[in-house]
Amino acid sequence: MSNPFTSARGNLGRTAAAHAILIAYTILALYPVFLILINSVKQRRAIFNDPLALPTAETFDPIGFQTVLEQGNFLLYFQNSLIVTVASLFFVLLFGAMAAFALAEYRFRGNLLMGLYLALGIMIPIRLGTVAILEIMVAAGLVNTLTSLVLVYTAQGLPLAVFILSEFMRQVSDDLKNAARIDGLSEYRIFFTIALPLVRPAMATVAVFTMIPIWNDLWFPLILAPGEATKTLTLGSQIFLGQYVTDWNAVLAALSLAIFPVVVLYLIFSRQLIRGITKGAVK
Amino acid sequence: MGQLKLENACKSFGSVDVIRDVNLEVQDGEFCVFVGPSGCGKSTLLRMIAGLEDITSGDILIDGQLVNTTPPSQREIAMVFQSYALYPHLNVRDNMGLGLKQAGQPKAEIATAVDRAAGMLDLQNYLTRRPGELSGGQRQRVAIGRAIVRKPKLFLFDEPLSNLDAALRVQTRIEIANLHRELGATMIYVTHDQVEAMTLADRIVVLRDGRIEQVGAPMELYNNPANEFVAGFIGSPKMNFLNAGALGAAGKSVGIRPEHIQLATEGDGIAGRVSHVEHLGGETLVYVKADPHGLVTVRLFGEHSYAVNDQVIMRPDMARAFYFDDNGQRLHPAPA
Repeated sequence: MSNPFTSARGNLGRTAAAHAILIAYTILALYPVFLILINSVKQRRAIFNDPLALPTAETFDPIGFQTVLEQGNFLLYFQNSLIVTVASLFFVLLFGAMAAFALAEYRFRGNLLMGLYLALGIMIPIRLGTVAILEIMVAAGLVNTLTSLVLVYTAQGLPLAVFILSEFMRQVSDDLKNAARIDGLSEYRIFFTIALPLVRPAMATVAVFTMIPIWNDLWFPLILAPGEATKTLTLGSQIFLGQYVTDWNAVLAALSLAIFPVVVLYLIFSRQLIRGITKGAVK
Repeated sequence: MGQLKLENACKSFGSVDVIRDVNLEVQDGEFCVFVGPSGCGKSTLLRMIAGLEDITSGDILIDGQLVNTTPPSQREIAMVFQSYALYPHLNVRDNMGLGLKQAGQPKAEIATAVDRAAGMLDLQNYLTRRPGELSGGQRQRVAIGRAIVRKPKLFLFDEPLSNLDAALRVQTRIEIANLHRELGATMIYVTHDQVEAMTLADRIVVLRDGRIEQVGAPMELYNNPANEFVAGFIGSPKMNFLNAGALGAAGKSVGIRPEHIQLATEGDGIAGRVSHVEHLGGETLVYVKADPHGLVTVRLFGEHSYAVNDQVIMRPDMARAFYFDDNGQRLHPAPA
């Protein structure tokens, strides 16, 4: 506390209340994840008898993980998901930042309209165009390739990226860019060495918002790349979900494993993300 | 060498004319200050010279060479910005050397140039620091150093002192003046602060609404303003404009500087009532309310004990008065 004379007890009470609310929310938010994790290591019968119970020595059974790792070509699916997510993320951030820089930096006819047009995709779900997208992919011979997914996800992520990043790009000091122009830096170098590092927190925000729907998507993998070699993790897990019988052990185990990379990527970006969210407030 | 010539320079953003038909010549080695109120176009004019804004019509010549379409980096200019504009990811040495590095100069030469500039600005101990680790004054010195290193034909300063506190501003102002003497380079300096303009300039260009109102040496503008605007803008505190009719003079107003009015308690003159007094030690500013002239500022040297609501008599030195017509233009010669 900056002021030693403020009532310590009042603060303590308020802090405790704030933490109680936050902890309650954390439990609420994490409980489904927790359920998946505990049930993934229980016997099938134990899952149904008492789904909320923790695994005991009696009910513990890693059969789900065994099934997943042996049967489902799981590592391949995992790799496909990772390739698609990281590649899409890369293109969304690169092209999104470039478009945002152009919109923020250059005065040209139709600048505002172009910005609105690029942001339109936030309001119109890309799935409405599924049939057309499938036709295009068939014509281009891209069905059952990871490329098709990367292309679609890049298109899906760009509107929000352009929208958020152009706002941040506008805050990059004009003087700084002008100083670089006088020093003889090209527009590309100004973009990569000056503008991009300064909007890094915003990039992390965009990365997280873009990454999660891509990682979790079932729709486009099912339609554009259902082949065995190109299945993503979400689609791959579907083999355990049958019309009549569902291998819950395997489904839960697959889901548990699928959480892992998202958490890792999130941890990488989160330091930047928090800075991005609090940037306006603190400084 | 560093000579600048603007011929009929115009700039408009859409239908808004920001710079209207500016003609100006700046000689080699001259310290030229653009001064004017906010929005008068002085910064835009500077950016046009730098090449950061393109010129709508007219010509810009540096050392006799037409540079209308030359990119900023090839105009052999250097610019110091109000916000310092240092590269946050580079240390002081790299910040100062980047321009030369881009121009493909050998490393040894860059290092020599940076060391020399750092020596002039007392920055030797900070060369490995990042801009974030420097104070405002140090940052501005780095920005000035970055300009020196390039050995430009023209130094352009865009309100470089506005972000500094008052004490540092005076100190940096002196440093810039010394630098100009040392380098003998042509400098163009933009400010809205007429004190900076008066103290630094060889020649002042007073701008209003994108037009040049008057060009001249500081004392020339002070002693011989072309119109009411220049008369009011140059000099601090501001010139008083008295009602010409009430004084029996021709024209609309009579300009008299605060330092050219005497105060008395009785006798002939303009009667008024003291409405506020500012005691500054070396001088005393007395604000006198006098109809129909309004509030008149009187600047007295030394300490004086006038109090609010005192009745006083003002005696302007009419020999140093300026007369203006209805359009604010100076009446020459002064009407009898």
